[in-house]
Amino acid sequence: MTLTVEPVQPSLGQRRLGNAKPRYGERVIVAVLALCALLSVVTTAGILVALFIPSFEFFQDISFREFFTGTEWSPLFQRARFGVLPLVTATLTTTACALAVCVPFGVGAAIYLSEYAGRRTRGFLKPALEVLAGIPTVVYGFFAFTFVTPLLQDIWFLPGDPPQVFNGLSAGLVMGIMILPTIATLSEDAMSAVPQSLRAGAFAMGSTKLQVSTRVVVPGALSGIVAAFVLGISRAVGETMIVLVAAGKTANFSINPTEAMQTMTAFIADASFGDRPTGSIGYKTLFAVGALLFVATFVMNLLSIRLVRRFREVYE
Amino acid sequence: MSEHRSAAEERSSRQPMRAETEGRESPTGAREAPVAARVVATTGRRDQIKAAAFKSLLLLSLAVGLVTLGVLVVDTVVTGWPRLNLDLLTRFPSGRPAIAGAQSAIMGTIWVVGLCGLFTIPVGVGAAIYLEEYANPQRWYNRLIEVNIQNLAAVPAIIYGILGLGLLVRGIGLGQVVLAASLTLSLLVLPIVIIASRQAIRSVPNSIRLGSLALGATQWQTIRRQVLPAAVPGIATGSILAMSRAIGEAAPLLLLGGLTFVTFNPKGLDSPFTVLPIQIFNWISRPQDEFRVLAAAAIVVLLVILLVMNSAAILIRSRFQRKW
Repeated sequence: MTLTVEPVQPSLGQRRLGNAKPRYGERVIVAVLALCALLSVVTTAGILVALFIPSFEFFQDISFREFFTGTEWSPLFQRARFGVLPLVTATLTTTACALAVCVPFGVGAAIYLSEYAGRRTRGFLKPALEVLAGIPTVVYGFFAFTFVTPLLQDIWFLPGDPPQVFNGLSAGLVMGIMILPTIATLSEDAMSAVPQSLRAGAFAMGSTKLQVSTRVVVPGALSGIVAAFVLGISRAVGETMIVLVAAGKTANFSINPTEAMQTMTAFIADASFGDRPTGSIGYKTLFAVGALLFVATFVMNLLSIRLVRRFREVYE
Repeated sequence: MSEHRSAAEERSSRQPMRAETEGRESPTGAREAPVAARVVATTGRRDQIKAAAFKSLLLLSLAVGLVTLGVLVVDTVVTGWPRLNLDLLTRFPSGRPAIAGAQSAIMGTIWVVGLCGLFTIPVGVGAAIYLEEYANPQRWYNRLIEVNIQNLAAVPAIIYGILGLGLLVRGIGLGQVVLAASLTLSLLVLPIVIIASRQAIRSVPNSIRLGSLALGATQWQTIRRQVLPAAVPGIATGSILAMSRAIGEAAPLLLLGGLTFVTFNPKGLDSPFTVLPIQIFNWISRPQDEFRVLAAAAIVVLLVILLVMNSAAILIRSRFQRKW
């Protein structure tokens, strides 16, 4: 909201309307407030500087080719290897496990909340679901490690070995539960933005509620739902504590979710534990992986913001 | 007279109708549904089964989240029950699980998150006022700030840890202390405070502003005396939620040295620190089962703190927020 005072023609009265005296104090206040808003831009700049200067130094020592195509990752050992692919496959595997949980159940919950639930039921169910989003991630990590992993080991019926003590599967599944409310809330927002007239039209043509939900509301809200997916992927890729606790510390070039694996975030956290001198290659590696993580999530966030904006523009 | 007539009319009008229905029924021998009923009830038995199946799938989706929540809470409380006593709050971390407690972590959390609130709330509200009341949304720089805040809200927490490590701890040499931790967390939750405050400010109706300006108040006087007081409940709710996010955050503080073995409470801005979620992480990663029990007990403490804060936020929203 902006308020602008229209300049008043002097001819209208004896005296010009407007400030009786210049309000320098107000200008100072506006400047201070603008600085507060500018801090967010400074933060982004700070992130870029903090990430990319050490990464730049890192790539002077290690070639792009080795980093992006190497399949061995042991930067902190004597025989250092700098192939980031094991971290990437681990990140993708845990993310895929998370999506397997949060996409179907998140959208299902959203359809129920938006199309089936009455006002009172929704008023109770939605906050209950959102409690899940407020639980600290280290708590989810504890749950994955001490509850889900032993449970999976006990009931394992699929071919192949049961999950190891540290494994990507339980970390991913629990991560999916953590992201579920994000997907459900954003999808439900998108579904609520579908105009009532579309539903009424479909009902008038004799559609059932099932048909209206799946063939009118979901396609109408698709860009918002996709935006929710993208944001969910970004959250899963950037999640640290769950994978750090439950997925292990072994860089493992594998997409088998029952094995121990180290994601990009878990490596960053793990590498920071020891005291690494500022200029060392181990220290710079942390920033290089961080830069890769930042670029990946940044692209997805922008995509998601775009998509959300698109569905808002269509119906409003 | 009139009664007779109406009775006769009734009889005469009823008679042909019965004949019609009988006539329709007799040739085919099967009963047909009335036309209106046929149009409305398009659902056959298969459709009904499909609808019921779909609805139960949707309910299942909701149940997955809620049941997991229930299991998580019950499992944690049951695991942590033996250690849920005052010793947990009064003792300091120790290598021997029997005498270990979380006092330094709890005090660390109070220090770090308290300072974080002190930094974040004024700056966040200021930025929100600027964006809602002063900024012209057509200008590219204001749009940049807006998109930037949305994006910052979705940057992974650990990236903020790298920012804190690279610029605050090593760059300007603060070291791994309370101040660096609270500044880092502050940057992390700032977008949440800004977004919530903007919504609160936006929901104050424009007529209030115009009325105040018409009475001769300057723009800042209008904001200070009319808009902000009306927006306080929304701002407070958003700020409390942001602080509860800060309380649960562990990943960025791991990078800032929160994992060091701290057996004393912070004494100032330059004290080393640990916080509750990191203490929990520390206990989870130890091999002995006794430490797991301690971790579960500390998780219960953490969840209770968050529950109290979130309830306060919801209470403020429902009690004090005005509907315009």
